[in-house]
Amino acid sequence: MQWMIEIYRSAMFKKVVMAVTGLMLFGFVIGHVAGNLKIYQGKYVDGIHQGEYKLDVYAEGLRELGAPVLGHGQALWIARIGLLLAVALHIWSAYQLTLVNRRGRPQAYQKVTPQASTYASRTMRWGGVIILFFIVYHILHLTTGSVHQSFEAGQVFHNVVRGFSNPLVSGFYILANLALGLHLYHGIWSLFQSLGLNGQRFNDLRHKIAVAFALIISLTNISFPVAVLTGVVHL
Amino acid sequence: MDLKLHVWRQKDASDPGSMVEYQAKDVSPDMSFLEMLDVVNESLVQKGEEPIAFDHDCREGICGACGMMINGVAHGPQRGTTTCQLHMRHFNDGDVVYIEPWRSGAFPVLKDLMVDRGAFDRIIQAGGYISVNTGSAPDANEIPVPKQAADTAFEAAACIGCGACVAQCPNGAAQLFTSAKVSHLGLMPQGQPERWRRVRGMVAQMEEEAFGSCSNHLECEAVCPKEISVDFIARMNRDYIKATFKGDDS
Repeated sequence: MQWMIEIYRSAMFKKVVMAVTGLMLFGFVIGHVAGNLKIYQGKYVDGIHQGEYKLDVYAEGLRELGAPVLGHGQALWIARIGLLLAVALHIWSAYQLTLVNRRGRPQAYQKVTPQASTYASRTMRWGGVIILFFIVYHILHLTTGSVHQSFEAGQVFHNVVRGFSNPLVSGFYILANLALGLHLYHGIWSLFQSLGLNGQRFNDLRHKIAVAFALIISLTNISFPVAVLTGVVHL
Repeated sequence: MDLKLHVWRQKDASDPGSMVEYQAKDVSPDMSFLEMLDVVNESLVQKGEEPIAFDHDCREGICGACGMMINGVAHGPQRGTTTCQLHMRHFNDGDVVYIEPWRSGAFPVLKDLMVDRGAFDRIIQAGGYISVNTGSAPDANEIPVPKQAADTAFEAAACIGCGACVAQCPNGAAQLFTSAKVSHLGLMPQGQPERWRRVRGMVAQMEEEAFGSCSNHLECEAVCPKEISVDFIARMNRDYIKATFKGDDS
């Protein structure tokens, strides 16, 4: 038992928790972005879903994932619980590590000149807080509809287009996704390092992977509110 | 050239300390940074003031004794260089220079620019050694060492333990130092018997000292006078993760 307590108390373990939960959330974000692309595909022109938006059918399909083994909405809830756990552990490790880091530099320098750190690496903590607020807002806005002006349950395409017609709402989505891009850039690169995944041939690739995914994810997400505001996507 | 210095002055460990302004007059570009401070100290002694205390020993860039934050950069603006090997030709007449001690929870300031780096010694004691049976001297090259391992181990062994990595890290973390010490033995055949115990012990001691944790800012690598790579940090993390899956006797 002693060894388990030692592992739990170590900052190295918290970095591993940070990296693994970060990887889980990164995986979710990729799936989420890919699914959202259905917004550009309009309606089914024939078949059993004729006249329905592909995005709406996809959203309903998420509830039927795993059928007939799993029941209606079960896979979705399993994923949601897993993601909630990952978010909670990600925040917990960030909080614990912040305490350790404060202890490591109790007195600040009069003058500091950063040599290699990036805007992304220095804003992980507050960028993460912005993303947390955004996730809460995003769920209230497009999942529960609590803060949406004309929310219709199941009418995902309608809810997205109506929601993004408000430039203030769209502006917040765009800002939050810029923060997400920065967070992902440092996070993706960093998780390789924290988990000890490195090697001469692989090292340059780690940065390229981080840049590519951060750009793809944040730009694709930003394209949705922009497409609604410019009228490319409309009801 | 003439410089305006802002230097951290602190009588002893319990003194709160503050920045004090000094003028460095007629500084030669051929002086090292420490020689410039020597000249300032001479003028202070002549005026009957307490000279600025700082650590130094070999002044050849190999012992690891010297080191201070110069304008917010550990060892100053010249990459791959210790403070003693930093020359005043990298400064211009009229420059304002801030000089502060290394700062970390684990490096308490003793006086002015001198800090207690005993935490590094305790990390070494926790595993930075190999155990060998004494006897007659072994033949040279008796133990085959792969060239790649020898080269990489040597890069890690270049660490002089100056503490610049800790000082520059926004978290005051000691990952670069510890990983260099873990790796330079862990890469060699002679270091294998204690490899897993070593990484566990040294990391545990590092965390017990008041260092921060690594956020992968890469600041350490940028200021290391021996230009030690953060690859060693990833290697240490990998060994540490592997070591947690192994029993205590391995």
